[in-house]
Amino acid sequence: MNKTLLYITVIVIATCGLVYELVVGALASYLLGDSITQFSTVIGGYLFAMGIGSYLSRYIDKGVAQRFVEVELAVALLGGLCAPVLFLTFTLTDLFQVALYGSVIIIGTLVGLEIPLLLRILKDQLKFKDLVSQVLSLDYLGALAASVAFPLLLVPKLGLVRTSLLFGVLNAAVGLWSTWLLAPLLGNPLRLRVKAVMLTVLLMVGFVLGDRLTTFYEDQLYADDVVHASSSPYQRIVLTRGKRGFSLFLNGNLQFASVDEYRYHESLVHPAMVRAGRAEHVLILGGGDGLAAREVLRYPEVRSVTLVDLDPAITGLAMGYGELSKLNENALKDSRMRVINADAMQFLMEGDQRYDVVVVDFPDPNNFALGKLYTTGFYKLLKKRVAPDGVAVVQSTSPLFARRSFWCVETTLKAAGFWTQPYHALVPSFGEWGYVLVAHEAPGHHRPLPEGLRFLDMPTLESLTLFPPDMSPLPTEVNRLNNQVLVHYYEEEWRRWN
Amino acid sequence: MELTRRELVAAFLGSAVASGCKREQPRAPIPGAIVDRAVEVGHRLRGGPLPRAQTLETVDVLVVGAGVAGLSAAWRLASAGVKDVRVVELEAEPGGTSRSGKNAVSAFPWGAHYLPAPTEDRGPVVRLLREMGAVSGVDAQGLPTFEEELLIQEPEERHFYRGHWYDGLYLRVGATAEDLAELERFDAKMNAFAAARDAKGRKAFAVPTARSSDDAEWTALDALSMAAWLTREGFRSTRLKWLVDYACRDDYGATSEHVSAWAGIWYFAARQDGQGERSEGFLSWPEGNGRLVHQLLSALPPRAVERDVLVHTVEPGEQGCRVDALDSRTGKPRSFQARQVVLACPRFLAAHLVAPWRTARPAFLDAFTYAPWVVANLTLSSLPESRGFPLAWDNVFQESNSLGYVVATHQRLRQDERGPTVLTWYLPMSGADVKAERTKALSASYADWEALVMADMRPAHPGILQQAQRLEVQRWGHAMVRPTPGFMWGPERRAAQESVGRHLHFAHTDLGGLALFEEANWFGVKAAERVLSELGQASASWL
Ligand SMILES: Cc1cc2nc3c(=O)[nH]c(=O)nc-3n(C[C@H](O)[C@H](O)[C@H](O)COP(=O)(O)OP(=O)(O)OC[C@H]3O[C@@H](n4cnc5c(N)ncnc54)[C@H](O)[C@@H]3O)c2cc1C
Repeated sequence: MNKTLLYITVIVIATCGLVYELVVGALASYLLGDSITQFSTVIGGYLFAMGIGSYLSRYIDKGVAQRFVEVELAVALLGGLCAPVLFLTFTLTDLFQVALYGSVIIIGTLVGLEIPLLLRILKDQLKFKDLVSQVLSLDYLGALAASVAFPLLLVPKLGLVRTSLLFGVLNAAVGLWSTWLLAPLLGNPLRLRVKAVMLTVLLMVGFVLGDRLTTFYEDQLYADDVVHASSSPYQRIVLTRGKRGFSLFLNGNLQFASVDEYRYHESLVHPAMVRAGRAEHVLILGGGDGLAAREVLRYPEVRSVTLVDLDPAITGLAMGYGELSKLNENALKDSRMRVINADAMQFLMEGDQRYDVVVVDFPDPNNFALGKLYTTGFYKLLKKRVAPDGVAVVQSTSPLFARRSFWCVETTLKAAGFWTQPYHALVPSFGEWGYVLVAHEAPGHHRPLPEGLRFLDMPTLESLTLFPPDMSPLPTEVNRLNNQVLVHYYEEEWRRWN
Repeated sequence: MELTRRELVAAFLGSAVASGCKREQPRAPIPGAIVDRAVEVGHRLRGGPLPRAQTLETVDVLVVGAGVAGLSAAWRLASAGVKDVRVVELEAEPGGTSRSGKNAVSAFPWGAHYLPAPTEDRGPVVRLLREMGAVSGVDAQGLPTFEEELLIQEPEERHFYRGHWYDGLYLRVGATAEDLAELERFDAKMNAFAAARDAKGRKAFAVPTARSSDDAEWTALDALSMAAWLTREGFRSTRLKWLVDYACRDDYGATSEHVSAWAGIWYFAARQDGQGERSEGFLSWPEGNGRLVHQLLSALPPRAVERDVLVHTVEPGEQGCRVDALDSRTGKPRSFQARQVVLACPRFLAAHLVAPWRTARPAFLDAFTYAPWVVANLTLSSLPESRGFPLAWDNVFQESNSLGYVVATHQRLRQDERGPTVLTWYLPMSGADVKAERTKALSASYADWEALVMADMRPAHPGILQQAQRLEVQRWGHAMVRPTPGFMWGPERRAAQESVGRHLHFAHTDLGGLALFEEANWFGVKAAERVLSELGQASASWL
């Protein structure tokens, strides 16, 4: 039997064993916080389980070598998959703790079996004192390698998921070469060999696809297939496709669904466009998906459209991703378009050009950073950029689900000195949705609706300003930078529906 | 004697922070330095006789000290048309304890960082705010309103307790019904104090303190400590005690045991209208009150302020004062003959400067005590990570002796909040013995301060070590006058406000008994108005 190979085997086993322990500990403290508790319970549990494994080794009487290879393969499978599986349990179920300690005990037990079994295999080859000294010292050496490489190399370079998969692969490789190493002691090495190869391939595929695994978790989160997923410094961007078309999610929040987005965007854009004194220069804040721009560009009168969106990843997707650019009819590539990736608040502050129409399409105010974009502070900046006979429109969340929030936006726009006209439309994917049209003073009607709309005609447009009793005005405070009442209203109201 | 890191943390920040200290591998310290010249200047003043210049520079009015008080005096004089005014300042930058700094990331305060929005439309502070365009109008009651972007944005404050951040300052998690009932009773009492007026219509507790009623009904509270008052009124909740102690440490650099009950109540009652609402909140800027200092400076002629001038002797005479000074960089002597002098430095320094006081030291000087503070500015590559309530302007550690930190970039008008920032960390040295506290503050090295700041920050912000880029530490040996029991309404403070003869007048926040912008500004304007009447140029008072 080749001694060097044997020693390498011991080192690899030891390294893998410790890496799984570190992966699980790091994952637990990453997902649950309180790293001291997580690490110490995980490590304690793992060591205890190794003790169980060592104890149980006595009940293995026949085919020790066969069992050893099987244990290797089992460790490879469970250890290698532990990070992805735990991530998945965390996102999908409430059973994370169960899964966490379950894997600690099972993997620990299997790892505890490894060394005693190996010692028994080798007991006839070496003197007892040499055996113990060599195997154990190599075991500790492997542990050292793991504990140094883990924080310095593995986590920074590979991340937890791919680290666990990589060591799964190594473990499976140990299983595989053991089938040769221990061939004389194995009854039927071929079957084990096939298993080991399959497992190695499986884990290697997992390792290569490590990044895409994140997408796989998202497939479970979204009802439809994920067709695009990426992370920008600002947000997680996910496109899904299902039977009824596709949908865009930002940080898990639905932005639009292609089946009914025309209702949302026609209602957002056209009431403002038909009432503006002129409609030559249009500003869109947010709306990087290009769908509002598509509606704006229907008017031949429009000479320039400036779109300001923080995230280049979104505007890039809107231009470069076939299905999305088809949906927005290549709006962002139109010669009248100018796309600026900038902070909307900074953009308003830094220039002084006035626009005939401003479309404000930000995500809902579900945190303080977004809440700022709904304050008198922001609306005063906005007011300076709306032409004297111009019009702006603000997407204002749902007047049904978040009634007080909706009216708070309206009250705040009034407090900033705007004339206001609230209205709403039904967008099935979202529910009943609200907007506020604003201007320096009440505007008239200046132009007809363009051809080709699916939702709006003039009588429908007029009906949108009617609010049934369950959505009618509520008294609210004014949302200011120094009180941010809207974020509180919003959180309270949506909590009731979720 | 060498302290272990844990002992060091326990000594400065308390045992709760120390017990949370993890063992750590040796690491490279965050680059940085102690930036003050506190020790050096003190030594010079106490180091025996200093040289006097041969030639005298003559000036109508000399203001010693370019803190808020000195600059406010110069501002008042400039607006009255007095041309020949010189302000001399020992530091390289004006501003005193309201000084600010700036780096590539942001401006940041070195001391004072906010101003409660005035609740009345009178006095010099509102005038200054109008001059800088901070007043947006008046509301229905005729009270001033302020530009929205200057008022501190929500979330304004949060606190860290055992692994989590929570909204506001009062620790509500785990509070019992009795705790909450006490808080409510306390608030009601403070609202009643805020609404209280005397027979002459004066508020019981007013800003500045000089406007407050002198009725014994309230001034009698000055005799006992805030802690004793809480006990007397039957308040037992430790959470409430924490809140009151926090207030006293925040504004006075002392715990409620060493603060007069009048001053303790003043904190809660003076800056609100009695409705339990501060009607407008706080005003702040990235550079803190450094912004107000710049506004005062902008009202002065270009070369009115001379830096690096350390005044060591002020000698009042028949025709004015002789003032001797040193160029604090070259050591070259300079002397001035001024018709009028406003000495705008604290009492503990005035005691060394005023020549006649060296031989006959007035007893009132001994009533003034000052708490040391340490302020550190920490530049981070990105916003700190935290669990629970999101980053606020003021971020308080519930179990530390420090006050936590304010965020310089909080008021930035941006949708995208990520990016680098500067945190300003505050540690009041609030022990009873201010001398011992001062020695302790000055004995710690940069490495010690670095360890302390990080020990305070790390439990609340995983990963902050990797984000930290630079740390600068400023020690204020005599940061804040302490309103100890009996001090606010005792005779000493009144006596200290008197001019020496007709040519030497005093201004400084310590004359008000509290270290606050409004007090410094009030006494600066007041001294200037005395100068104006001595110069025969008296005009309608701003006070
Ligand atoms: C850490 C800290 C935080 C604070 N926070 C706040 C806050 O948030 N809000 C608030 O309102 N107040 C705060 N204060 C109180 C602050 O002290 C006052 O607002 C105000 O700045 C006091 O101004 P002053 O001019 O009276 O005194 P100082 O700031 O003490 O100014 C005196 C000036 O005189 C100079 N000087 C002294 N001796 C000489 C000499 N011999 N020759 C020449 N020059 C001399 C000094 O260098 C200094 O510039 C804080 C203070 C500290 C220390």
